[in-house]
Amino acid sequence: MRIYPAKPVKVYFYATCLVDLFDPEAGLDAITLLEQQGIEVIFIEKQTCCGQPAYSSGYNQEAKTIAQSQMDLFTENWPVIVLSGSCGGMMHYHYRRLFKDDKNQTQVDNFCERVFELTEFLVNVCRIKLKDRGESTSVVMHTSCAARREMNVHVTSTQLLSQLDNVEIREQDYESECCGFGGTFAVRHSDISQAMVEDKTQHLSNTKASNFVSADWGCLLNINGALEYQGNPMRGRHLASFLLERTGGK
Amino acid sequence: MDKANNGVHIQELAPEHFHDQSKAALADPQLRQNFRGAMDYLKDKRKTAFSDPAEEKRIRDLSEAIRQRSLSKLPDLLEQLESNCIKNGIQVHWAETTEQANSIIAGIAGQHNAKNIIKGKSMVSEEIELNHEMEKLGIECLESDMGEYIVQLDGDKPSHIIMPAIHKNKQEVSDTFEKHLDDFTPTIDVDQLIKTGRTRLRKKFHDADIGLSGVNFAVAETGTLCLVENEGNGRMCTTVPNVHIAITGIEKVVEFLSDVPPLYSALTRSATGQAITTYFNMISSPRRAGELDGPEEVHLVLLDNGRSQAFADEEMRQTLQCIRCGACMNHCPVYTRIGGHAYGTTYPGPIGQIISPHMMGLDDTKDLVTASSLCGACGEVCPVNIPIPEMLQRLRQEAKNPPKNNSPAIKGQAAAASKIELLAMKGFAFAASHPSLYHLGSWSATKMRSFMPSNIGAWTQCRTAPKPAGKTLHQLIKARKQGQKS
Repeated sequence: MRIYPAKPVKVYFYATCLVDLFDPEAGLDAITLLEQQGIEVIFIEKQTCCGQPAYSSGYNQEAKTIAQSQMDLFTENWPVIVLSGSCGGMMHYHYRRLFKDDKNQTQVDNFCERVFELTEFLVNVCRIKLKDRGESTSVVMHTSCAARREMNVHVTSTQLLSQLDNVEIREQDYESECCGFGGTFAVRHSDISQAMVEDKTQHLSNTKASNFVSADWGCLLNINGALEYQGNPMRGRHLASFLLERTGGK
Repeated sequence: MDKANNGVHIQELAPEHFHDQSKAALADPQLRQNFRGAMDYLKDKRKTAFSDPAEEKRIRDLSEAIRQRSLSKLPDLLEQLESNCIKNGIQVHWAETTEQANSIIAGIAGQHNAKNIIKGKSMVSEEIELNHEMEKLGIECLESDMGEYIVQLDGDKPSHIIMPAIHKNKQEVSDTFEKHLDDFTPTIDVDQLIKTGRTRLRKKFHDADIGLSGVNFAVAETGTLCLVENEGNGRMCTTVPNVHIAITGIEKVVEFLSDVPPLYSALTRSATGQAITTYFNMISSPRRAGELDGPEEVHLVLLDNGRSQAFADEEMRQTLQCIRCGACMNHCPVYTRIGGHAYGTTYPGPIGQIISPHMMGLDDTKDLVTASSLCGACGEVCPVNIPIPEMLQRLRQEAKNPPKNNSPAIKGQAAAASKIELLAMKGFAFAASHPSLYHLGSWSATKMRSFMPSNIGAWTQCRTAPKPAGKTLHQLIKARKQGQKS
């Protein structure tokens, strides 16, 4: 298990390229949640992408170039809060592997240690207490595979949702199963990916939950795209937006 | 007499045709239902067997340590195994290639003028395509594992390393029997089906000239071959015929006899959720003077077939830790949907995706290493903690990049190299490490959002095209800061 630091005064915020482009509101909502905890949030404007698309396709040299450029931006010894378990896993876990036996391995280790996914940071570092101000409703959550298996933060996302008194959490069948995104996998092996996402949308839909959330925009891009294609009105939102809305911050 | 195998041919499954094979499998609802149901069952069984997470971790860590220690001394342990087997009266043969393995077995068969080989379950014998090769020499190989027997009747191949006929439901098994066996009354009573198979096989054990089996653990310290099974056919194959040939990969060696119990426990719990199998055979010599049964000769064939290539690389060596439990396939969302045949390799699923490239080269297997969303479900259950997703990532890298210092890490390295893709990745890396360029790109995407194409290839075959937001987060934050100032 990871050892968490005391609550810091300042944190860096890493929005991820998908949030930046497809759901910037979720980025603002996450920043607000952190600020409500009395933390100053520093957004480095030069941040781009963690490099995962190159890494998972086998282009390590290109991934390293991107990784180095990102790490160079976060020079102060502050935590880096990432708005995705998948990008978090890349920066916390795979950067180490990418730079294994490299001359700057110590710098990389230091950076990786400072990387936290949003929900684990809110729960384990901020020890956040949420006050639900919304009407009674239901929610189903999809956790990304990296969030679950690399970062172990499916636990903290669920803890956050369970703090909301008026929200009933509904479990989907095959909850821990991948939605079929996997970056370039979705297009390289589109038929297999299709079978996976169609099962996922079915399982989510079957819960008849009023809300669908996830803490990863990679999965949301995939699942929401499939839901819309099927004419299913269900849409996933980022967990941060749902939490802020429920606690009256929006 | 069994009916002739009319019109049924071994399908030409191959990893080069992975896309077509997986597409065909996905289009078969019965197949998908069979796999989903069977995998759910096996996952549940494993879960029950590892009900205590602390115990699970202890067993897996211990098993990993045993396998890593064995591999770290592999050359020495193989020599020790050979000399102790010879002391015990077991004849040891080395095969670098599948051809050599087949010619060794053909040689032994020739010495005994053997016409019939009865087989216990052995994936390595599938790997060398033994049945096919022996058939060419006029030697009949008969499968005696119930699943393998069913698959063989159909001229089919195993679709799972532990459950070879898992792609069939009981009705389909009955259909197979009806088609190929005389005097069979169709039934979906599983006990009746099993009884049918057992009765037909009984006499075959008696008549066989040679019994052939695999090996689960080969103990260097004592020269003992351990065989894990549930049906008793393994024991019959290794005791009834006059000659027993065991075939296994060179990685199956363990150092001490005391290494076996933890690995055995990890194997049975992970594979079928059993605490122990019905049979556990320890073969340490041919029939000794005064003994009433057992073969007069025991042979051990040790096969390399690409394993030493994996061994030579410290990271990829981890693939050899595998104890062939099949848990990675049972938990794989891709395997669950396409089944084992689609991979076109002897070993399907996640473990097959990382060992097949060593056996066959990346030219043939390049599509297998990308056929994973890297979800990590396999690594999460592996009883010897093989980091399968990392191995897949590594193999993707080897498939895309030319060898360093002109020495390929793996056969067929750079087989998937693409100049266009490399250029695109280089462009992406350049943009992502040059923020102003990158942000110009994302800003343009927001401006062009209404003009985004609605059809973007494979993505939109089941999804709508993603639509960028009106403003990027970078823009919103700038505006927010200005708002806070004023």
